[in-house]
Amino acid sequence: MKYLLTAKSLSKKYVQTQGFFSRRKTTINALDNVSLNIRKGITLAVVGESGSGKSTLARSIIRLVEIDNGEIAFDGNDFLSLNSSALKNSRKNIQMIFQDPYASLNPRMKIQSIMEEPLLIHKVGTKQLRQKKIEAMIKRVGLDFYDLDKYPHQFSGGQRQRIGIARALILEPKLVICDEPVSALDVSVQAQIVQLLKSLQKEFGLTYLFITHDLRIVRHIADEVVVMRQGKIVETGKTDIIFQNPKTTYTKKLLASIPGIKKTT
Amino acid sequence: MKNNILEISNLEVFSKIDSRKKLVNSISFNVRRGKTTCIVGESGSGKSLTALSVMQLLSQQLNLTGKILFNGSNLCEIDSESIRKKRGNEIAMIFQEPMTSLNPVLTIGYQIEESLMVHNDLSRSQLNVRINELLRLVAINPDRVNSYPDELSGGQRQRIMIAMAMSCNPDLLIADEPTTALDVTVQAQILELLDQLKKKLDMSMLFITHDFGVVADIADDVVVMYQGKIVEQGDVDSVLNKPRHPYTKALLQCVPDALGKKTLKPIDYMKLERAMASI
Repeated sequence: MKYLLTAKSLSKKYVQTQGFFSRRKTTINALDNVSLNIRKGITLAVVGESGSGKSTLARSIIRLVEIDNGEIAFDGNDFLSLNSSALKNSRKNIQMIFQDPYASLNPRMKIQSIMEEPLLIHKVGTKQLRQKKIEAMIKRVGLDFYDLDKYPHQFSGGQRQRIGIARALILEPKLVICDEPVSALDVSVQAQIVQLLKSLQKEFGLTYLFITHDLRIVRHIADEVVVMRQGKIVETGKTDIIFQNPKTTYTKKLLASIPGIKKTT
Repeated sequence: MKNNILEISNLEVFSKIDSRKKLVNSISFNVRRGKTTCIVGESGSGKSLTALSVMQLLSQQLNLTGKILFNGSNLCEIDSESIRKKRGNEIAMIFQEPMTSLNPVLTIGYQIEESLMVHNDLSRSQLNVRINELLRLVAINPDRVNSYPDELSGGQRQRIMIAMAMSCNPDLLIADEPTTALDVTVQAQILELLDQLKKKLDMSMLFITHDFGVVADIADDVVVMYQGKIVEQGDVDSVLNKPRHPYTKALLQCVPDALGKKTLKPIDYMKLERAMASI
């Protein structure tokens, strides 16, 4: 099996009413006939401006958003027709890292419980085994074992993102969907997290679907790129090829708007 | 007219409770007339506090000493009424989050009008003309004057913030990470707009950012801050291409470049401390 995930002609429409009393409705094509394949062990980046549908794409793959039309196959199995218990099982293999490390951790739970929760939901191992896993994982992401007894507010943004990563990886997923994981972070912290994600990928053989609007990060982390605009895929290909030889005007425009590009080239 | 619009010397910001804890530690730098000075640093380096000190908008729990000469007058010594007259009129500021710095229940036209009314004595029709002018200046269709902030995109909201800042033709614009919350394409547009306005209105800029890419696009001079101190300053070419201080070098290595040639190196703080101790 070459592809870990294949998505075929995904479509999703959102209907919006204009104003509180108005009956006029507008439909927005968040996803318009989007197809993509992710090979095992690579990083596929989805790039686009806000409103381009990249987050909807990520969410529909993990079925946080139900799509209107299309097919998704994960590891060779149809993902959309699964019933809820089978879906729960499959989700063990697809985990997500969110953009906002401040909003995606429950402020009233200790790190210990935040990290144990996914293991409990999927009924993994015994108490001792779980504890062992948690301690190994928290060390792996660069935090300490006594940090498990703290609450999220006691950590900085970068540390919280590390916790988010640890929580996603504790179930040993095959595919990790990263929805702008470094956009809210400082450059120096951003570099740390990117390096961490890269080394974890090597160690665990992970496949990443990496959502971002920052093309500079794409260059450093992705093997392949999908450029999206207004719910459609504009261009797709190997990272180096797209950066050196963009075909569509939209990709060219995106590349030209990278800060500092004028002086470095 | 002197060459520098803003001269900061030995500025210190410290907590009123514990004056030994210096958040900004004896910094000095100048902003040249008609030029852009960028302050670069990580969060917690004191770059925003420096900007707020110039505006005299520091929190009540903080104290400052030193000299901030703006157009020849020391902003640290004048009374609150005169600083209020300068704020928004001669020195304007734009903030990082256009979502939170606009009032959601007032139209954008009214909010621009407010900043005009405080400093100028204009009639109703003059006001309308000026608001139209300002909206066109930041490339927003004047028909949007009665829109509310939630009807605008992030980039448009930042344009409105800029229009408000421009309303009294300030001599100095302080921009505190104005593009951090925006998409790359919108960021490029806003930077372009600020650069145009600077030339058109003969304005100087103090620009705060943590992104060296932005610095390369917009700055004439660069000030690098680390833990409340200035570790390096100079013109943009020498700081970006020939950094001398180990911190500047380390920070530059964290910035992903568009060419993807260099590897990203997170800052090794232990190594940095040692390198800094040896100078």
